[in-house]
Amino acid sequence: MINAVLSGDLPRSRVLSAALVVILVVLASAPFIFDGAQAINTSAKICVFIVLVASYDLLLGYTGIVSFAHTMFYGIGGYGVGLALYGWGATWSSAATGLVLALAAGIVLALVIGLFSLRVRAIFYAMVTLAVASAFAILAGQLSDITGGEDGRSFRVPELLRPGFRLIDAPVLGTQITGRVIAYYIVFVSALVLFLAGLRIVNSPFGRVLQAIRENDFRAEALGYRTVYYRTAANCLAAGMAVLAGALNALWLRYTGPDTTLSFAIMLDILLMVVIGGMGTMYGAVLGATLFIVAQNYLQKLMGTASKATEALPLLPNLLHPDRWLLWLGILFVLSVYFFPTGIVGKLRQRRG
Amino acid sequence: MAEALLTLEGVHTYIGQYHILQGVDFTVPRGTMTVLLGRNGAGKTTTLRTIMGLWKPSRGKVIFDGAEIGGRATPDIALAGIAYVPESMGVFADLTVRENMVLAAQKGAPDAARLEWIFGFFPALKRFWTHPAGVLSGGQKQMLSIARAVVEPRRLILIDEPTKGIAPAIIENMIRAFTELKRDETTILLVEQNFRFAQALGDWAVVMDDGRIVHRETMAELSADTATQTRLLGLSLETHG
Repeated sequence: MINAVLSGDLPRSRVLSAALVVILVVLASAPFIFDGAQAINTSAKICVFIVLVASYDLLLGYTGIVSFAHTMFYGIGGYGVGLALYGWGATWSSAATGLVLALAAGIVLALVIGLFSLRVRAIFYAMVTLAVASAFAILAGQLSDITGGEDGRSFRVPELLRPGFRLIDAPVLGTQITGRVIAYYIVFVSALVLFLAGLRIVNSPFGRVLQAIRENDFRAEALGYRTVYYRTAANCLAAGMAVLAGALNALWLRYTGPDTTLSFAIMLDILLMVVIGGMGTMYGAVLGATLFIVAQNYLQKLMGTASKATEALPLLPNLLHPDRWLLWLGILFVLSVYFFPTGIVGKLRQRRG
Repeated sequence: MAEALLTLEGVHTYIGQYHILQGVDFTVPRGTMTVLLGRNGAGKTTTLRTIMGLWKPSRGKVIFDGAEIGGRATPDIALAGIAYVPESMGVFADLTVRENMVLAAQKGAPDAARLEWIFGFFPALKRFWTHPAGVLSGGQKQMLSIARAVVEPRRLILIDEPTKGIAPAIIENMIRAFTELKRDETTILLVEQNFRFAQALGDWAVVMDDGRIVHRETMAELSADTATQTRLLGLSLETHG
């Protein structure tokens, strides 16, 4: 049963299996075990980024395509749902129409970019995606009448997802089932389904061809595979998944704007999460996204505590000051790449081997 | 001579600014093994890659079974029935042996009886069936590379130096495998430096030098003519056993 759900691609490491189970259980029960908005927001962000990073792993890890346009597709999903709910009213049909339009736009754009530029060498493709993504971000910023410009758009969601909505009056396990809890579970279940779909894709015959192309595209061609078509298909699938992740993010935040979707900083975060987790493993997306987002959200707090605890010592409190959190995150990244060049998942699987 | 399955007519190929093939002309008769011989740098590998569409010829014709394939894309050439075993083997290291074989099968899952036939020559592939191809030894990778090319019957197989750096025991198995393929009238174009191997299998010998064909005769004739071997190939059977 588990083998079928995971498409035959088991974690192949006890430690990895345990870590995945812990992450799954914590995310599945987050509204019931955490108090306060930050923990739930962090959990929802992890769910969204698992999909986003897994879709990028499909491109980078499985097909060997370096793209800088992934946040553009993420943004298309966010803006698609967000602007539809903002402009056409807070209904499910608005959200669904916005999502369908965003998916269509994202996939068509990925198809066009792919067919025109996946024939060229990898570095040129990366440059093309960078240029297109930059142009899209500028466009989203300048079309302020439609997109809200740099401020973005806050919008209302359907009543079922609003904080004031109560599904049942009595609390369940001490937690009131509000619209936020329902929204969280929509995000969680969608992320789980999309992740498993990603796992199914990479373990299908199509996924094997992608891996063959990544390893040796000339050889794959000599076996009869039209690599441009396969690369373009992978590009469209990854773009579709990123659009869905963007839509989930917008539904959760009830806001869409350039900083939460289109910024280059998010693109770098995705890259780091893929590398830290382990490229070409899918499970790396789960570990990478979880560790990175937890560090991003809690490292400052941890450092604040450590800084206070070392007040009596020279220099150390300054180094551990919460303002230096990016420095420590950078050091953690360098150390993780040094000690785990194949990512955490790769290292855990090697240990087993 | 049997009817030609493959014909090269005045084929010129450039790699960047270098003019590698300078008017290559030869034919590969149907159902035979033609061995392409020549010194390092003569253009043998470029000839195979040009046939396979990995390099585009700037002039001349590559005719396969009556159809010009010179300007066609590599996947189309592969789907027309030409298999290629490159010198670098080109196995997909992260994929299992099984997945490598499945990828090479164009007509769905590989035929079980055909796989057993392949395992008869290359038993290591059965042993490592579910292992990543990256863990195989050099010889086993070469077995896999050849096995992929014959996982289904192909009309023409191009093989580039299969014995390079391979243990003698594996070479014996290769000779058995290629002999069986020849019995099935599979057409093979082999690039080979190991003259004993070439001599054991080849029906025709074509010698290249400086991007041109400089000699062509039956393998039996070339084997008997040590003077030509020394003159054209810089070798003799005594020194290259």
